[in-house]
Amino acid sequence: MATSVDNPTGMSYRRTEFSRIVDNGFKWLTTIFAMGVGVTLMAIAFQVGLQAIPSIQKFGLGFLFTARWNPVEDIYGAWTQIYGTLITSFLALLLAVPVGVGVAIILSEDFLPPRVQKPLVFMVELLAAIPSVIYGLWGIFILAPFLQGPMNWLYQNFKWIPLFSTPPTGRGIYIASIVLAIMILPIIAAISRDSLVGVSPDLRQAAYGLGATRWETLFQVIIPTAISGIIGGVMLALGRAMGETMAVTMLIGNSSNPSPSLFAQGSTISALLANQFAEASGLQVASLMYAALILFGLTLLVNVLAELLVRRVEIKKI
Amino acid sequence: MTPQDFSSLASGRSLTRTLSSKTIFSNMMTGLAFACAVIALIPLVAVILYVLINGSVRLGPQLFTQLPPPPYQPTSPQFNSGGFGNAFVGTLMTVGIASLISIPFGVLAAIYLSEFARDTKIADAVNFMTNVLSGVPSIVMGVFAYGLIVLYTKSYSAFAAGFALAVLMLPTIVRTSTEALESVSGELRQASVGLGATNFQTVSRVILPAAVPAILTGVMLGVARAAGETAPVIFTALFNNFWNFDVWKPTATLSVLVYNFAVTPYKNWQELAWAAALVLVALVLVANILSRWLTQRKR
Repeated sequence: MATSVDNPTGMSYRRTEFSRIVDNGFKWLTTIFAMGVGVTLMAIAFQVGLQAIPSIQKFGLGFLFTARWNPVEDIYGAWTQIYGTLITSFLALLLAVPVGVGVAIILSEDFLPPRVQKPLVFMVELLAAIPSVIYGLWGIFILAPFLQGPMNWLYQNFKWIPLFSTPPTGRGIYIASIVLAIMILPIIAAISRDSLVGVSPDLRQAAYGLGATRWETLFQVIIPTAISGIIGGVMLALGRAMGETMAVTMLIGNSSNPSPSLFAQGSTISALLANQFAEASGLQVASLMYAALILFGLTLLVNVLAELLVRRVEIKKI
Repeated sequence: MTPQDFSSLASGRSLTRTLSSKTIFSNMMTGLAFACAVIALIPLVAVILYVLINGSVRLGPQLFTQLPPPPYQPTSPQFNSGGFGNAFVGTLMTVGIASLISIPFGVLAAIYLSEFARDTKIADAVNFMTNVLSGVPSIVMGVFAYGLIVLYTKSYSAFAAGFALAVLMLPTIVRTSTEALESVSGELRQASVGLGATNFQTVSRVILPAAVPAILTGVMLGVARAAGETAPVIFTALFNNFWNFDVWKPTATLSVLVYNFAVTPYKNWQELAWAAALVLVALVLVANILSRWLTQRKR
């Protein structure tokens, strides 16, 4: 210690010079990697777009609206898959949003003591952690046989409705949508719960003070206040549903013929990619890349919108 | 309140009627909400239960030492033989490669976000990109790795799959590490800087060691998720029926094995698919419970 007081410069000064270089280098290194996250995102878009060019030149926008996928004649159009992606995601939302918001209400209100509530929150989180391929396995061997009876009943009694117009088998749009709903439920529940918990307690107390019941307060004060966060969560879930691959591939049947019936087999963009990439070559690879680009664009759009909505909620909370 | 309201209040009758319909409505909604919670938990319980029941049929050490068998009839004496040792090794390889790429990348990016750019517009933009990246479908990561590595090296490989999984893990690592670093108390930083330490010394000797447990928790969750991911692996690592330790060759993984074997009509392959599913679910459950236990103990 004494030496450094006697000689404040000298050796320690030289170390500072060296450590300044290390310090600057370190800062630059971390900066490069932080920028790398954005670069990765752009590289994905660029690389997939680049590989898709031959197909984009050949088929143009007609690719989106024609239902033909014929590797033998080398003609491609992804309408069946795009329709399948949109309809399964829509049905999944239809099933998952009411249940998810219901779960969020249970987990944000004080219906249950915290001792019960906390493990429940954790269990809903676990639902999101189970790999997609295992939902597919479960869907094939457990859920499909279980649903066969009720779905047959629907078909026999309501086959005049186009939605139920084909005989149900173990694979099809309906079962893919149900499993998708299970898989996106935790996202909707978790983000809706965050938004509901984030609503200022003053609002709730004011509503109670005016004589509103719990559910009047929820419907007229809490949910309207939290709605942008809830919608953000729903959109994130939509993005997940559109990109979800394995469970859907295993359950949807992978047919390229479009059909209005929910019991019919169909396909999605991600299922198409999972099925064909390993054996594709030439223009088929380019067309698969084109399909992947469409999927990337769709999910990007939904996710950016969701991100902006969820972000607004977070800012408001602070 | 209008005079009519007061008169109806004074009469009393309509007030009790409103209250009771309110109560009925409230009770109904509460019942509905609880029904939602039950509906949400049924699939979780059902999935875990069936994976346990069907997966434990074949549970044993041979699963991790033997190769996948050819399809046998249930009457065959060899029906119960075989395992997925090569796929287990393949999963370790692909996830290992993914971790080697994504952990340094993610932690360094997180250090920038929490130590050098906290609360700046740049950090905001990077966070935004991170969230958007985490929303990119995992199969698109596979397509990315396919175009970048498989087409270039002209071979399916564990490395290509590891690369795809690394891109998949990156947002999780960045996010959890940033949170971990930001939660290190500012006093530690000030004390370190006050003692004359440079930024590099402060981060590497003080902040990072303090944040390591929380970072490891995030890494663990990321690894568990990557191990179960199938879509980005299916046409990057492809599959391999034999042992493979070369990162530039097609490699079997547990998740692809579940997919390949589940859709076959062979009973012994289906049973192996369930056993592999059990291994993956066990991994996910252990990682999640452990991380929860660690974060709770800290609080």
